[in-house]
Amino acid sequence: MSAPAATSGPTDPTVRPRRRAKRAPAVRRVSAVGPLSIGIVTLWLSIIVLLPLAAVVVKSLDGGLDQFWDAISNRQAVAALRFTLIVSLVVTLINAVAGVLIAWVLVRDQFPGKRFVNALIDLPFALPTIVAGITLLALYGKDSPVGIDVSFTQTAVALALLFVTLPFVVRSVQPVLIEVDKDMEEAAASLGASGPTIFRRIILPNLVPAILSGCGLAFARAVGEFGSIILISGNIPFDTQVTSVYVFKQIESDAPISAAAVSVVLLFISLVVLFLIRSLGRWGARHER
Amino acid sequence: MKLRNRISFVALTGVVLALGVSACGGSSDDSSGSSDSSGGGGANLSLVAYSTPQVVYDEVIPAFKKTTAGADTNFKSSYGASGEQSRAVEAGLSADVVAFSLEPDVTRLVKAKKVAEDWNQNQYKGFVSNSLVSFVVRKGNPKNIKTWDDLLKPGVQVLTPNPFTSGAAKWNLLGGYVAAGGAKDQKAGLAYLDELLSKHVKVQDKSGREALQNFVSGNGDVLLSYEYEAITAQKKGEKGIELVQPQQTILIQNPIATTLTSKNPDKAKAFVDYAWSKPAQEVFASWGYRPVNQEVFDEHKADFPIPTDLYTIDDLGGWSKVNDELFDPEKGAVAAIENKNGVSTEK
Amino acid sequence: MSAERPGLRTSRPARYTLRFLALGYLAVLLLIPLGVILYRTFEPGIGEVWASITTPAAQSAFQLTLLAAAIAVVLNTIFGVLTALVLVRGRFPGRRFLDALVDLPFAVSPIVVGIALILVYGQTGWFGDALENAGIQIIFSWPGIVLATVFVSLPFVAREVAPVLREIGDDQEQAAATLGASRWQIFWRITMPAIRWGVAYGVVLTTARAIGEFGAVSVVSGHIQGETQTLTLLVEQRFQNFDLAGAYAASAVLAVIALVTLLAMTLLNPRKDET
Repeated sequence: MSAPAATSGPTDPTVRPRRRAKRAPAVRRVSAVGPLSIGIVTLWLSIIVLLPLAAVVVKSLDGGLDQFWDAISNRQAVAALRFTLIVSLVVTLINAVAGVLIAWVLVRDQFPGKRFVNALIDLPFALPTIVAGITLLALYGKDSPVGIDVSFTQTAVALALLFVTLPFVVRSVQPVLIEVDKDMEEAAASLGASGPTIFRRIILPNLVPAILSGCGLAFARAVGEFGSIILISGNIPFDTQVTSVYVFKQIESDAPISAAAVSVVLLFISLVVLFLIRSLGRWGARHER
Repeated sequence: MKLRNRISFVALTGVVLALGVSACGGSSDDSSGSSDSSGGGGANLSLVAYSTPQVVYDEVIPAFKKTTAGADTNFKSSYGASGEQSRAVEAGLSADVVAFSLEPDVTRLVKAKKVAEDWNQNQYKGFVSNSLVSFVVRKGNPKNIKTWDDLLKPGVQVLTPNPFTSGAAKWNLLGGYVAAGGAKDQKAGLAYLDELLSKHVKVQDKSGREALQNFVSGNGDVLLSYEYEAITAQKKGEKGIELVQPQQTILIQNPIATTLTSKNPDKAKAFVDYAWSKPAQEVFASWGYRPVNQEVFDEHKADFPIPTDLYTIDDLGGWSKVNDELFDPEKGAVAAIENKNGVSTEK
Repeated sequence: MSAERPGLRTSRPARYTLRFLALGYLAVLLLIPLGVILYRTFEPGIGEVWASITTPAAQSAFQLTLLAAAIAVVLNTIFGVLTALVLVRGRFPGRRFLDALVDLPFAVSPIVVGIALILVYGQTGWFGDALENAGIQIIFSWPGIVLATVFVSLPFVAREVAPVLREIGDDQEQAAATLGASRWQIFWRITMPAIRWGVAYGVVLTTARAIGEFGAVSVVSGHIQGETQTLTLLVEQRFQNFDLAGAYAASAVLAVIALVTLLAMTLLNPRKDET
């Protein structure tokens, strides 16, 4: 299949329609998805995702808006939220860059043991979080064999999150990189463009949706992560305590409404961040063309 | 696909399947692995307990089944963190017998009408085992820690789980509280906790087991824990740690109860009675739990020295009072200390 | 397609630098921890490891984990591909909202996921009475575990396939339509082969996530020995009981399952020389 990489036709709302000289003017674009498919997907997502989350929202409002507000303006809650969001963003950015690099090497490069390396990428999240936690503690804690002791610091939380979110951007970019059409690269090369230029101008724009997709997943995972962070972070309130642990605390202290409220806020903020990430991609894609 | 790849794929799948289907018995660290509710004949009992006494019940349950009262019973057991288990039963997890690490986890079920209000009207007040808040130090006790005041010596780092993420961890702080005279003078007790938490406790893990893991990994000089945790850990091969018993401390009491929702209340009662009986209490003692059965306790006097200054939760007015005044996440005194300390680390 | 052509040619030094950077990052972040885990797992010896993964508890945990993961993978693959198609090729009001919904599953802390499910399907939950009357138990039984697993592993296939769909464009699909092909034919003959790698990686990620889930499953499982314990819960239990070796051994099983899935996916794809 050699559909040119950059066109998606008029059905893609992010691209201004291209005029093609040879196209018959009155072609009716057949939609690949009918109302039935849309309905099924909506129903599926509603039952599996929306329903439980709606229950959380309802629970958070069980005590009225006052209690909701008290719960989310609690100083510890705010500190935990702020720390969670910042560290997740930082980790996402780092793994975005690293992810593209690793995906590139895995797809375009050849070296012995590549299969093995490729297989390793998914292991961070097949591992139970407690094992990841113990291992990270052993590696980056007091008795560290590599001499790094960052236990109970924010760096430790970042390290744990980097480990856990590593696969996302890599795996998102890989399938796209495999499908990318090399015609344009070859053309640009034959016109004298340098490697980095070709990468930046031709390949990267095609990877943007995939990168953003992976970033979205990585960010969402980072804000919700719980088990692997716990041992090495020390859960110091106002310092290394993440929102998921704060929520856990509230539940354990028989304050489920407060837990639900903080979760709702985190969810909402994540929604906004994800929306921004996707919009950024659309804006970027539009202006590249 | 290529033959070579097809073969390797099949081989790999075979390995995975072999793991699952393997019939080798192997050694059992979790011997009550498979549920043995065989369906036909016999009463089905489910035990919902907190995680540490699993080693005890793994022995007590088979022993109970050998008695006349327990013949013809099938057991399902569930172990997890005390608070989580209690909440699960509240949310509908079926249970005939519940055993938790502190009383409020049963009180929650009384409120939810799953356990009778008179659950603790018996000679044991509803408790099946006791323990003490103790210190765990490195082998040889290099920092020479013996009393609660030693914890406040400059440079001493103390590990204790967060009392808000682990209800059972409240015992640890209460130990220090009563040692500083909190039973009579709340101010004194709180002043002690303030200094302990502000200057010597840098980190509070999610649970006792995790705090121990952290300690064993080289962090901290002393871990606040329970006597039976340390003894069980040592029995299970944890080296390099030593148990030190302060002479002033609080008595940890672990409750057991039958549920109102039980379908076999008589058998459930029989099991609880058995748990109080000599043979079962012996098993408790062997794992470091202080028996409530006086006869068994007397036999093991040497293993369980009684501290000179022993307090109970009743000396503090009971759990509801303590939970409200000290551990309320919004208004409690310990929460206030935590918040105050946070000001310096808050960014 | 573009397998044979080299495309962008990188100079030797550039290629080595990139390789070094990528592998270096992976080594530090991934390989070393993995090494520690492998070392700790096999330290007691292969015999011990085998024994601790063949106990009755481990076997039942293994089966439950596989069951939940299999159901989650099948459901999330079918609906995931459909979702990707709808989100990329469809145009309808509310599309952005649906798009956002797909990522939400793991922005929620795992404990809250479990509690949310209890709020809906539990004894006192929204559907509690209806379920009880029908005699169906979801929470504290295997269906609850499956639900939790489906929830947390939902986004992957959709998110892996969507960018590929966007990349390849729908020209060929349109062409086929004008030639009279039915929707199903278009999908199966043209779309599916093109998104194959996206689906494959999506399945791999879904599997890894499904078998590795702990928090949400922990809340809804009830921890009933031999019945509602997954491998991750077994790992936690062994950790609690000071059986670290056993915990590592059970984790090794999880790692192997993830590995097998990946190798299976790459072997089943004739394009294996692309990776």
